[in-house]
Parts: sequence; C-alpha cells; structure tokens
Amino acid sequence: MSEARYRPGERVRVMKAYPLGHVRTPYYIRGHTGTIERVCGAFPNPEELAQMRDGLPPQPLYRVRFLQKDVWPDYRGSAKDVLEVEIFQHWLEPA
Amino acid sequence: MRERSHHDMGGLPAGPVDRHEHDYAEWERRVDAMCVLVGNKKLVSVDQRRRNIEQLPPEVYDQTAYYEKWVLSLGESLIQRGLITTEELARKMAEVQNRVRG
Amino acid sequence: MTDKGKYQPLSYFQLMEVSLRELLVEKGILSEEEIAQEVETMRQRGYQRGSRVVARAWLDESFKKKLLANGTQACEELGLEIPALKLVVVENTAEVHNAIVCTLCSCYPRVLLGIPPEWYKSRNYRSRMVREPRAVLKEFGLNVPQKIQVRVHDSSADMRYMVLPMRPAGTEGWSEERLAALVNRDCLLGVAVPKGPND
Repeated sequence: MSEARYRPGERVRVMKAYPLGHVRTPYYIRGHTGTIERVCGAFPNPEELAQMRDGLPPQPLYRVRFLQKDVWPDYRGSAKDVLEVEIFQHWLEPA
Repeated sequence: MRERSHHDMGGLPAGPVDRHEHDYAEWERRVDAMCVLVGNKKLVSVDQRRRNIEQLPPEVYDQTAYYEKWVLSLGESLIQRGLITTEELARKMAEVQNRVRG
Repeated sequence: MTDKGKYQPLSYFQLMEVSLRELLVEKGILSEEEIAQEVETMRQRGYQRGSRVVARAWLDESFKKKLLANGTQACEELGLEIPALKLVVVENTAEVHNAIVCTLCSCYPRVLLGIPPEWYKSRNYRSRMVREPRAVLKEFGLNVPQKIQVRVHDSSADMRYMVLPMRPAGTEGWSEERLAALVNRDCLLGVAVPKGPND
C-alpha cells in the first residue's frame, strides 16, 4: 500500500480539480484547507473500482476537519462549528 | 455547469427536510438484496453502481425514487460486467410483460 | 384468463426488477432463496444493536474508549457481527454535538442500523446539512446552543458513522437494557438527543 504521507494535526489543502469519472471528494470542499483529524487506513481507490478495475494499491484515506466559516463565507452558525470529510491522499497537498 | 456532477449536491440551496417515512415495497427490498448479494460475491462493486447512478440524466435522477435509481444502476452494472446482455434483458422483459398480461 | 379487476401493470422499474432477478437466477448467479433471505435479514435489522452499543459505552468507560478509538474493533469484541463495516463513533459532549450526512449518496452503517430513512437520502438533507446544520437540526426539533460546537460528518468514502449521545441525567443505576431503550435511530444520527426521566 502507499505510505500515509500526512499525520493528525497537519494542515492540508484539497486540490481544486474537476476531473471526470467517479469522484468521492465532494465539490464543495475542493480548494479548501483543513486539518488532518485521523488517518483512516488505506483502501482501494473508488475512482478505479467504479471503472471495474481493482483500485490497488490501496490509497491512504484521511478524515479532514474544516472550519465551517472557512468553507462558507455566509456561514451563520458558531465560529467553532466544523465539517469533517473523508478525503483520499491523492486529493490532498500540504497547506 | 458540467464541473459539478448533479449528484454532488452538498452545500446547494434546498428546501425543508420532509421527515415522512414509509415502508418499502417488496420489489424495492429485493432490489436492495440483489445489490448487496452481487457486491458480496464481488461481481459488481458498490462504486460501479454508484457511478451508474451518478451518470443518470439529471431529470431522471431527480424524478425517480431511490430504488428506481438502484434498479436502473444494477441493470447497467450487470450489462457492463457482461453478466447479462442487453438482448437477454430485452427478451426477458418482453417475456415477463406477456406473462403478467396473461 | 385475466381478472381485469386485479390487473396491476408493472411499472418499468418493477418490470426491471423481475427481469434482472429472473435472469440472475436462471444463470445461477443468485438464487431466489438467498435473495429472500437477504430481504428478511434487512427487514429485521433495526437500530437496536446501535442503541445497545451506546448503552454499553455509557456503563463501561474502557469500552467507550475502545469504541471511540476503533468502532469496528470495539463492536466485534462485543460479539456483534458487522461484516465489512468500518465504523467511526463520534461522541457528543457538553461542548460538542455531532451529526451525520452523506452528501454524495446515502452511505449509512446499514449493517448496524438497518436501512436509512428516506429523509437521510433526500436532496434537501444532503444539500443543507453540511451548509446550515443548525437550521436543519432545528427542523428536527433540536436547538443546539451557540456555545456548543456542531460537527457535521460527511460520509464521503469508506468509513461509516454513528453518534454516541450524552447519557441523560437521572439514569443512575439503570440497566443496559433500560438505557438502550432511550436511544432511538435519530439519536444515533445526531438529529435528536435521548430524553431522560427529567426531560
């Protein structure tokens, strides 16, 4: 499996890319910066599994925490509110 | 806007949540069961099924019920995998229709 | 020899279901028995095992620690059969309220909680829960005070989520069974909180 590149607490940015095919990185989170909350493990790449390929080697998957007020300019809840999203390593870069 | 897939709706404006719940029909439960079973047998991945749902035209996506989407996606996936062919499906659908009409 | 009064035409989708099933059975890919068995398994699966996990965590601090560190492993140690479930349990506290959504489809810990409710799969829930969770929770009758942090978990990949609600006051000395009865499905998704005897 590919090595987990990031650790909990590290700041990462989600790539601002809009490719074709099956993607599990939600549109709304692309381009945003958050903090690694945990390393979930490594899993076959869903983008490849969707195309009837085996998605191997397994790719590191992270839970990344974002401040809501960073994601939505007009967010009206508490400044502390967060969103936690699972994102595969190949969609992340160091922030 | 082609950049955003129709199913990828997080953050879009939408109305109040309808909390009404209903029991699923037997045919819907069978669709669910078939999807789980072909997944367990590693014949069709959940990812492939999801992709087929995502590829549905937006108006079909919006106007069909949950298991209506699932049955379409299951069928497409089985054909993509070569487990059934379009011709077989066409013949079977005609056969079933004739049988039901008596 | 049709009884015209009883004739219900199949919808396109129902026709598709019958046709796919018959083809799969004819080809020996699935059997009618295993389809029927799976239908029954899912029909019987409610959220009660999830409630039991919560009650156990309320009563056993070391189990709770394990549950929060690795939900799957903790449930397996409890003897629960949860094939392929990669469970993350998130804890409500006096400072934090958690809620679960899958914006991309309807990912849900089915093996533990059964089939998700229609609203969880709806456009409106999936769209708004990540953007205005407090407004959505209000529609569910849950007002989360501003001083409490709301954490929304978007089930976007392989993990599946369950909320560990706070144990209501006034339940000291209660049995696991009695505690579990306080926890319904909506509490496990974070759109409700358990009500204790003082509420």
